[in-house]
Amino acid sequence: MTRLRPLVHYRSVMCLVVAALALTGCTGGAEPPARVVRFWAMGREGEAVQGLIPEFERRHPGVRVRVQQIPWSAAHEKLLTAFVGGAMPDVFQLGTTWVPELAAIGALAALDTRLATAPSIPADDFFSGSRDANRIGDTTYGVPWYVDTRLLFYRSDLLARAGFDAPPADWRTWAAALTRIKEQAGPDRYAILLPLREWQPLVILALQRRAELLRDDGRYGNFRSPEFRAAFSFYLNFYQRGLAPSAPEGQIANLFQDFGAGFFAFYISGPWNLGELAARLPPELQDDWATAPMPAPGLVAGLSIAGGASLALSRGAREPEAAWELIEYLAEPATQIELYRRTGDLPARRSAWQDPALADNHHAQAFWTQLQHMQAPPKVPEWERIAAKITDYTEAAVRGDLDPDAALTGLDRDVDALLEKRRWLLDRNAHHQEHQRHQVEEIGTPAGAFNPTASRYDSRRGLAAFPQTATPWCPWCSWW
Amino acid sequence: MRRNPGALFVAPALCLIAAFFLLPVAASFLLSLTDFDIYAVADLANLRVVGVRNYVTLLRDPLFWVALRNTVYFVAVAGPLSIIVSLAAALLISATAVRAKGLFRTLYFLPVVTGLVAIAVVWRYLYHPRFGLLNAALGLVGIGPLDWLGDPTLAMPAIILMAVWKNFGFNMVIFIAGLQSIPERLYEAASTDGAGTVQQFWRITLPMLTPTFVFVGVMAVVGNFQLFAEPYVMTQGGPAHSTLSIVLYMYEEGFRWWSLGYAAALALVLFAIVLAVTLLTRLRARNVFGGEAGPATGESAA
Repeated sequence: MTRLRPLVHYRSVMCLVVAALALTGCTGGAEPPARVVRFWAMGREGEAVQGLIPEFERRHPGVRVRVQQIPWSAAHEKLLTAFVGGAMPDVFQLGTTWVPELAAIGALAALDTRLATAPSIPADDFFSGSRDANRIGDTTYGVPWYVDTRLLFYRSDLLARAGFDAPPADWRTWAAALTRIKEQAGPDRYAILLPLREWQPLVILALQRRAELLRDDGRYGNFRSPEFRAAFSFYLNFYQRGLAPSAPEGQIANLFQDFGAGFFAFYISGPWNLGELAARLPPELQDDWATAPMPAPGLVAGLSIAGGASLALSRGAREPEAAWELIEYLAEPATQIELYRRTGDLPARRSAWQDPALADNHHAQAFWTQLQHMQAPPKVPEWERIAAKITDYTEAAVRGDLDPDAALTGLDRDVDALLEKRRWLLDRNAHHQEHQRHQVEEIGTPAGAFNPTASRYDSRRGLAAFPQTATPWCPWCSWW
Repeated sequence: MRRNPGALFVAPALCLIAAFFLLPVAASFLLSLTDFDIYAVADLANLRVVGVRNYVTLLRDPLFWVALRNTVYFVAVAGPLSIIVSLAAALLISATAVRAKGLFRTLYFLPVVTGLVAIAVVWRYLYHPRFGLLNAALGLVGIGPLDWLGDPTLAMPAIILMAVWKNFGFNMVIFIAGLQSIPERLYEAASTDGAGTVQQFWRITLPMLTPTFVFVGVMAVVGNFQLFAEPYVMTQGGPAHSTLSIVLYMYEEGFRWWSLGYAAALALVLFAIVLAVTLLTRLRARNVFGGEAGPATGESAA
């Protein structure tokens, strides 16, 4: 007995090893080894996309896709460490606001030549705001996968009770409606929920006022501009007049219960709440909530912020061709509708929106309108950090620890400090280019023969031209 | 020449300390002299050696001072409070009248081994301003609803309360061990001489626990200076940075924003502070108790 036992162990270990080899695709000499595409997808998409892969593998025999699911909370750090460690996948999903950062460190492959020769991905079928969010300077680094933006979720019954039968289209009506709702709601309820830790509502208001958040090609903060000040004081007014609860999110135990109970009537949020509200609000409330595009400060359509996720090809991909085929497949309208069915993610392809699944969903239609009017936040790698500073100073101003002027001054000072490295890099690159031009003139070295920094950092990285392409046939535009 | 055989015995441990402690400390010191950040990850040509600039920036950084103040606040309040609570619990459990000692010891120790995230979720509900149990209890005695985690002045006390509750069990076990090592005959002699319970506590129990106090105190100071998980899970450093600790600030700078140079400077400053405070604690402990009634002198006097 005692001698047999180790033998049994040894055998079972061998069995495990053999089984593991078989599972990982080492099936032996009969078939040619499959090309394996490593694909990292985040959160819910990471789970849902696995159901889309069999169809791709059926169409592309010889290509196997290995999906790795990564939680959103760890995704950013994981991508950076994978890049440092040389362990990047071939293709991955990434939040659109991460594109500048990952492009700056050289983790992303430029996709322009591939896009130009891919008839299945016509560039103008994407919403211009999200297409633009994936472009840095003149280079495209990602294909929009699904889009998200933020707009108004509101209780239509509370709004009607306040005497408004249509959602507010401009700031003045909005403020009037909120004031009226608050009057009717009493001291324990509020008109709008603006969580203090969210920077997006304020930035949306500022983009609507055409505020340029950073100046001089993203070298300095520009938060004391008249446009930003106007948006800032409009935002602070929500709290000062008691329209929004000023305590942080701790006050909200359950967003859906509180929305259902009328604790607040308005909430600025994104498409992920379409499914949540449909599932979590009781049936009798389902006709009492609605969505509407962001109100505008003037008569033009109200902008919102371009978000969502993109698919990117890693610069060091081992299987770039097969990985690109996967991106093409996932960008097809039919695949996007399938993803929408599984996750509720809104398709980035406009043609996919003609599918009845979306065309018949009246809550989603407000998003269709809003998606035509989106702008990406400033495309600098430091943006997430700047956004955190915006949150900090806004919170201080809401709490009354700083007066608005002092808050904006402090914000500009901190943001300038954050951008110090960027200024140094931009100036150094400008100097390099100058130096190189001299060399070309004097010695005749062919331009671009040796330029260690040119590909590293692109100085033409300011705010891109404003996307204002309202589709002429959009029936909901009559709202404005 | 005779070699000290002791060197041979400590060599493995010294090698490990060199590889996993001294080298990283030296490396992070070098790192703290640079502006290593996300751009340097892309290309080392983007790395600048900045000398002591990180340290200068740090001294001028209001957030660093906020974080330092919060950390000192936590150490100064949570440390003594935790020691008092755990000593009280140890005394209660050691009292001869108490039955089911094992049960209580296990119950008090449970929070120590429970996952912090699970505890934090429960405590977030306890602290909830409208539906929380704590506010319901306070409401009974007429104290208005308090926004525990949302009010900058209350958030740190709330974190301290939770941290003390979670960690007192560990020190309690050490105090129980310390109490058990006090010879029974000291108490017998004292009661023969007519000393009451209170006198026995001040004259015998406390002096005899001195080595335990020093150990528990040093561990509490070192551990509490590294406050991280509680605010990270409960408040993310908010509201208005009132629960931002030095380690949390360092984590954010280093791993959220990848300013590794600056984070390394923060780490070294924290290291220096903890080292200084620890040395000071040991010195003070020796001055207070050492001359009068250390364990050895107490024993011989008896």
